[in-house]
Amino acid sequence: MQFTRRVRLLFGGMTGLVLAFLYVPLLIIVVLSFNTVSSLSWPPKGFTLHWWRMAMHSTGARDAFVVSLKTATGATAIALVLGLLAALAIHRFKFFGRESLNLMIVLPIALPGIVTGIALSAAFRQAGLELGFLTLIIAHATFCIVVLYNNLLARFRRLSPNLEEASADLGAHSFQTFRYVTFPLLRTAMLAGGLLAFGLSFDEIVVTTFTAGAGLETLPIWIFKNLSRGEQQPIVTVVATAVMLLSVIPVWVAQRLTTDDGPLTGGTR
Amino acid sequence: MLVLYVGSLASLFVTSLYRLNEDGSGIDKVLGVQNYRTLIDKSVYFDIAVRTIKIAVLVTLLDVVLALPIAFFIAKVVSARWRRLLVAAVLVPLWASYLVKAFSWRAIIGSPGGVLDKTFGASPNYGEVGLIIVLAYLWLPYMIVPIYSGLERLPDSLLDASSDLGAHFGFTFRKVVMPLLFPSIVAGSVFTFSLSLGDYIAVDLVGGKTQVIGSVVFDNFSADLPFAAAFAVVPVIVMVAYILGIRRTGALENL
Repeated sequence: MQFTRRVRLLFGGMTGLVLAFLYVPLLIIVVLSFNTVSSLSWPPKGFTLHWWRMAMHSTGARDAFVVSLKTATGATAIALVLGLLAALAIHRFKFFGRESLNLMIVLPIALPGIVTGIALSAAFRQAGLELGFLTLIIAHATFCIVVLYNNLLARFRRLSPNLEEASADLGAHSFQTFRYVTFPLLRTAMLAGGLLAFGLSFDEIVVTTFTAGAGLETLPIWIFKNLSRGEQQPIVTVVATAVMLLSVIPVWVAQRLTTDDGPLTGGTR
Repeated sequence: MLVLYVGSLASLFVTSLYRLNEDGSGIDKVLGVQNYRTLIDKSVYFDIAVRTIKIAVLVTLLDVVLALPIAFFIAKVVSARWRRLLVAAVLVPLWASYLVKAFSWRAIIGSPGGVLDKTFGASPNYGEVGLIIVLAYLWLPYMIVPIYSGLERLPDSLLDASSDLGAHFGFTFRKVVMPLLFPSIVAGSVFTFSLSLGDYIAVDLVGGKTQVIGSVVFDNFSADLPFAAAFAVVPVIVMVAYILGIRRTGALENL
């Protein structure tokens, strides 16, 4: 499609503005992490690496980072299995109530976190489960499953049924077909969905507040606690900057995966 | 897992029908609709519910307006190499901590002394306007991504055909692109709308004195759980109604 110069300039200009809108607040955080003054005041007064050194030795931040990693890994692992099963069931079989079931599965991301949070917290309490690591992972898994489910269902819709039929015609039984034909085609969707789920869980704070119990601190909870304590603010900006830099890796990986889809999936590109 | 989730929503609903006992020390498990009556009778709460929905609608509209041009530019105008780079550029902010972004905005719009105030001498300061801008900022990638993938699926040939038939760009955009893109926009709106409905942290940081459903639920969570539960049912009803309303558009398949 050819666009007139005017259209290109107009859309390019708006894109530039939106990107600036997205990045200026992030840049401010990066700049403030090198600021000599300890409060979040503008403009910055001078350059220092002091906060970066302090953050390196902050055990609170490191512990919280590990808790977040564990939680996100656990929730994503559960979501990979259950999301795949749910997507398979909805895609393969037509049964009564299929539509409403589909609707119910997407509820955890369609409903605000605070609803999910207090609903699960009330349920855990009624079930006599003490709030802690286990309840936290279960709670995170509820919305991670939806991400996997959506990604996989979208992939299933693009998959040609001919492939599975061909496999069956060649004598493979259904498990072999799944193992050698269907699953390899789903792999990129699972990885991309898994990364997204991991990211959502890693940054989640609302559901976490209600389901983690008092002793457990994920990174967002740690950030929240320390942002309200003035003298810790610069260290938080350092941690935030570091996490942003690290996040480039999963985004890049996800990109590689989605562009390597190949013709088998019937993709349009 | 699904049983757990739906079960806990049910238990939320049941809890919302209980009441606090006389001295406020525990919960009487007597069913009744008094919490809902409070919500409707006390104009404060009714106003808060309406205000929250209004904010969520405005945030969603603002996000659509911001997301359309950038999504179109990335999907249809630029070359494949630039496309990859720009998609990554939209995705990276999604991974930056929500809290830190909200806090950065606190430093930006605060007045006096905030970044905007120091640079331009004017700033919306903390309040409803600031809150809408910040929420729109926070959820913007959730709107760009579905619109972008919707546009990616839209064959270029349709645009070519439209312009071959003599339509100028604005006309093509309105009459060809927009109707086909509608399900994707609605899919994005599910995220932006729902996330705005439930937020209380950004509200606390940049909303000034603005009260929304989320902040009332959060404040009452430990003091009066049944009432908090009742108020939390409000966004559930709004979202379920919204989802049922949009089911026909096919947006749910774009989530």
